[in-house]
Amino acid sequence: MAAGEHTIKQYDQELESLRGRTLQMGGLVERQLRMAIDCFEHADLRKADEVVEADEKVDAEEIELARLILNLIVRRQPAANDLRLIMGVSRAVTDLERIGDEATKIARAARWVHEKDVVVRTPRIRDIRVSGEVALSMLRGALDAFARLDPVAAAEIIREDKGVDEQFRLILRQLITFMMEDPRTITGSLDTVWVAKAIERIGDHSKNIASDVIFIAQGEDVRHASLEEVARAVSQTN
Amino acid sequence: MPIEAVEQPGAVQSPLALKAEVRDLSFYYGDFQGLKNLSLPIYEGRVTALIGPSGCGKSTLLRCFNRIHDLYPGNRYEGSITLHPERIDILDRAIDPMDIRMRIGMVFQKPSPFPTTVFENVAYGLRLRGLRSRALLSERVEQALHAAALWDEVKDRLTQDASNLSGGQQQRLCIARALATDPELLLFDEPTSALDPIATASIEELVDDLKKRVSILIVTHNMQQAARCSDYTAFMYLGELVEFGPTEQIFLKPSKKQTEDYITGRFG
Repeated sequence: MAAGEHTIKQYDQELESLRGRTLQMGGLVERQLRMAIDCFEHADLRKADEVVEADEKVDAEEIELARLILNLIVRRQPAANDLRLIMGVSRAVTDLERIGDEATKIARAARWVHEKDVVVRTPRIRDIRVSGEVALSMLRGALDAFARLDPVAAAEIIREDKGVDEQFRLILRQLITFMMEDPRTITGSLDTVWVAKAIERIGDHSKNIASDVIFIAQGEDVRHASLEEVARAVSQTN
Repeated sequence: MPIEAVEQPGAVQSPLALKAEVRDLSFYYGDFQGLKNLSLPIYEGRVTALIGPSGCGKSTLLRCFNRIHDLYPGNRYEGSITLHPERIDILDRAIDPMDIRMRIGMVFQKPSPFPTTVFENVAYGLRLRGLRSRALLSERVEQALHAAALWDEVKDRLTQDASNLSGGQQQRLCIARALATDPELLLFDEPTSALDPIATASIEELVDDLKKRVSILIVTHNMQQAARCSDYTAFMYLGELVEFGPTEQIFLKPSKKQTEDYITGRFG
């Protein structure tokens, strides 16, 4: 975004601090998600506790960012690109916090699956890993697009979400087959469904963050837009 | 070509009637060119705000609308301001500025009541128009004071000197005075810059109310005021019109960088 300096320097610093803290929160959530996926795969219960602990930090960041946003609105009456940045960050922060919650769900599910010592089948776990990696890369990509306010990169993330949705359906089909073949896998499979669903939701939240980037950069609300409409919004030159 | 407002794609558009149209307007204070070839529509029943840094020409433009510039020698206009529906050119020398000022009222930055009673302030324009009947004058004065949301506060003080009113009341009195002649267009030149926030709010509310019966053009330094009160916003810089569009669009996603820099306080 072409943004020179404000006449009031303090305002610049506040906006910069808002962006910085959002990215920082994004980094926390990204790390939390990576840990969650690892702990599910490797049955690392200590890591599961770490994921849950990290969520408290993420929640605290959400509150702090909300305070910063309120402060900016009250004191600066932001307009145009500043207003879009603040609105976009406000939405993105909500999505980041939800990703944190989903990561926590994955960690809890990991605990149940391993504590209950239910039948664990390798192929299913591998699929979770694959779709988890895609969701993680979407989150990373969305944060990256946010850091650079790059609408083209953001549009790419929105396109990727279809892949995660696809993966979820694939995992679901597989698990149904397992459950039909061997009822003893039902408990474990259901837990895995929750994890797959959490990952699918993380894809959605990352996609939302990418939409926020497009809103900030282009002023177009593409949250419920088709891929063609997204492409059109991105191709508009400012 | 007149400048058209750039509506958001997909926005529901109703064809707006023009109240006035500025076309290729240039204005010179002697050798200095204060306005540079600008074109702008003024829509009927809408509030149009003129914003821009000091010296950008917004007040100069506003004053062209009721030919105040005529009072000083060496001032010169080029281009036209057409008043609809008859499409008469306000700037045409053959047209009496007094006739224009009956149809286009003006409210200034500082409340400027005449040194007379509340009643006579509002009746002034009507008397100038030749209205003599006391009953009719009373009726029209009351109507104007009602329209300016001042009646309840002054109905028992009509014979008092207008300077006894508070600043906000004086400003509403000036609005009543302008409304008395039933103008089609009202010009506001920073109408609230000398008022406190409560009086400002009452004027802004009044502006919103008045636009049902009169088109409004308002110059303001206060961008939040433009955002709050206006339907359309024109951003001016160095005598030129940089951007014109629906207020929401100008304040959310202006299409020119200069506008964005000004709106966001990045003006160097």
